[in-house]
Amino acid sequence: MTETQAGIEAAAAASGSSNVPAIELDGVVKEYLSQGEAVRAVKGVTMSITEGEFFSLLGPSGCGKTTTMRMIAGFEDPTQGKVWLHGQDVTDVPPNKRDVNMVFQSYALFPHMNVWENVAFGLRRKKVAADEIKRRVGEILEIVDLTGREKRRPREMSGGQQQRVALARALVNNPRALLLDEPLGALDLKLRQAMQIELKRIQREVGITFVYVTHDQSEALTMSDRIAVMNDGQVDQLASPREIYERPATPFVAGFIGTSNLLSGTVDRITSGFAVLKLGGEDRVLVAGETHRAGDPIAVTVRPEKIRISTEEPTGDVSVVRGTVFEVVYLGLYNSYAVSLADGAEVTVFQQNAVDSTSTAERGDAVWLSWQPQHSYAIGS
Amino acid sequence: MKRFAPYLLILPGGLWLVIFLVVPMVFMASVSTQEGDVVNGFVQTFNFSVYGDALVQYQTQFLRSAGYGLVATVISIAMAYPVAYWIAFKGGARKSTYLLLVLLPFFVSFVLRTVSWKFLLADDGILLSPMKSMGLVPDDFHVLQTTTAVIGGLVYNYLPFMILPIYVALERVDPRVVEAAQDLYAAKRSAFTKVVLPLSLPGVFAGVLMTFVPMTADYVNAGILGGPQNTMIGNIIQTKYLVNNDYPTAAALSFTLMAVMLIGIFAYAKALGTENVLEAAAR
Repeated sequence: MTETQAGIEAAAAASGSSNVPAIELDGVVKEYLSQGEAVRAVKGVTMSITEGEFFSLLGPSGCGKTTTMRMIAGFEDPTQGKVWLHGQDVTDVPPNKRDVNMVFQSYALFPHMNVWENVAFGLRRKKVAADEIKRRVGEILEIVDLTGREKRRPREMSGGQQQRVALARALVNNPRALLLDEPLGALDLKLRQAMQIELKRIQREVGITFVYVTHDQSEALTMSDRIAVMNDGQVDQLASPREIYERPATPFVAGFIGTSNLLSGTVDRITSGFAVLKLGGEDRVLVAGETHRAGDPIAVTVRPEKIRISTEEPTGDVSVVRGTVFEVVYLGLYNSYAVSLADGAEVTVFQQNAVDSTSTAERGDAVWLSWQPQHSYAIGS
Repeated sequence: MKRFAPYLLILPGGLWLVIFLVVPMVFMASVSTQEGDVVNGFVQTFNFSVYGDALVQYQTQFLRSAGYGLVATVISIAMAYPVAYWIAFKGGARKSTYLLLVLLPFFVSFVLRTVSWKFLLADDGILLSPMKSMGLVPDDFHVLQTTTAVIGGLVYNYLPFMILPIYVALERVDPRVVEAAQDLYAAKRSAFTKVVLPLSLPGVFAGVLMTFVPMTADYVNAGILGGPQNTMIGNIIQTKYLVNNDYPTAAALSFTLMAVMLIGIFAYAKALGTENVLEAAAR
């Protein structure tokens, strides 16, 4: 393994500097002709992916994430914009001449070749010496734990094993970046979770830049160093998992990542350190920060686990909202409460099942919801 | 009852084959070793020497048939593969239309189409006589009664049977597998030779089976488009049966042809079995 790593470091050294981003997209647009009409799948994406980073493209199906990845791999030509790999403009370079490898959604293993031949395919095309191919294929099969299965055909293997063959087939080439297109989509939950940890381990071990396309937000949050959340052909937010979860940039991101409550109102007044929104009656939402002005209409998100639910009126500088519980769902680790507010809005609250706690509220109870000002996050609308 | 249900499924087809294939074959096998003539009747004498005699007497036609079949098969592969490839990968939404076009000749009788070629290609027909008067070809130029005409007719008549199985095999090739090859540094050409071609070989294999056998046994093309020097074994069998009424020799020739073909096909399947081909292609 150390030799593979040395190879990568040598490659990084050869590229001159590790400051050069592994992948850069510059105003990339992709248009398709669909029944005579131009459809924009990607509407101007600019991003820079750092060497050695685990980077995710996250979004619902049809958001343009796969098209974006395919432009990095070279399978799609951008209608506008440039693609750079390690400081080189590769916009017009065909896929077989780009030093990135892809793990396909359905693995796309060669059905007429056994495991060993599948993994050796790239090295053979690059005319690597036979004994070196033998050594490197052996090494990578060990990393993905497939030693002893060299002679198997893809169809004789389980989904998880095929997945690892696909990974080995790409990684054995020491690519400058590995592109993974929903690689765990076809696996069941248990195996998927195991493979998430496995992928992360392999990525640390080989130190290669991973670009990971997924629609599964928990997968992206678990594995990524940074995430680009895509919506309708554009990047809505590009940040660390924590940032994206805690401070969603748009209502779409707030809704797509985890469960989120959206409350909107008008700024009533500014006091020391926070803005106060009036929602009607005694209800108020406190938003940290003094950038707002009285009269501004703003939307605020708050995560369900940040909200306290109680049958007594809370005190202090906290947001306070009254409502009625209309659903309590026991979820093992926590209870989920659905609370309807006076204006008809719905708020979801998660409360952890601590050592000896019983459910704080029952269906039909009138309750107070409260949370700290810093957990109200104002988002652009 | 349930245990016999699967056998019920093969009953209609099975019976059909037994009655219309096995029974006549047993009958013909019996005829082949009989002696006599039409007027006085045939008597079973277990005269196996007819096989040796027929093979020696008509070995030229046997070899010629095999040669024609082989050449026509090779030409068919060369012509059918690009067509099948184009329909499978570039056909888009109109694939079924193109397939229908491939099958369109079947709507007109095989013999009728071949006969119309005879008219079209006749020495003073509508194609050659204007060309001759314009001096494009010499006056003694002719197409009919040549090897080229017979092989051309064979290819023309059996081409769809080569296109269809190759198309089916190519259609099943996952385009992402081709992309994977390109992603793994294969240029367009080696993505084809290392991935698409090996994955489509079962189709070529099936196409060869479906065309080589009937082309080798064909007598219509040689009979209509060929001359005396183009006689194939099928024509000999036809003449023996229908003109000379020499049933034993005709039956013996038929069986010999069948045996030779079966041996050839088994040898071919063994040497080029799909698995072996794939193994070789993976290297």
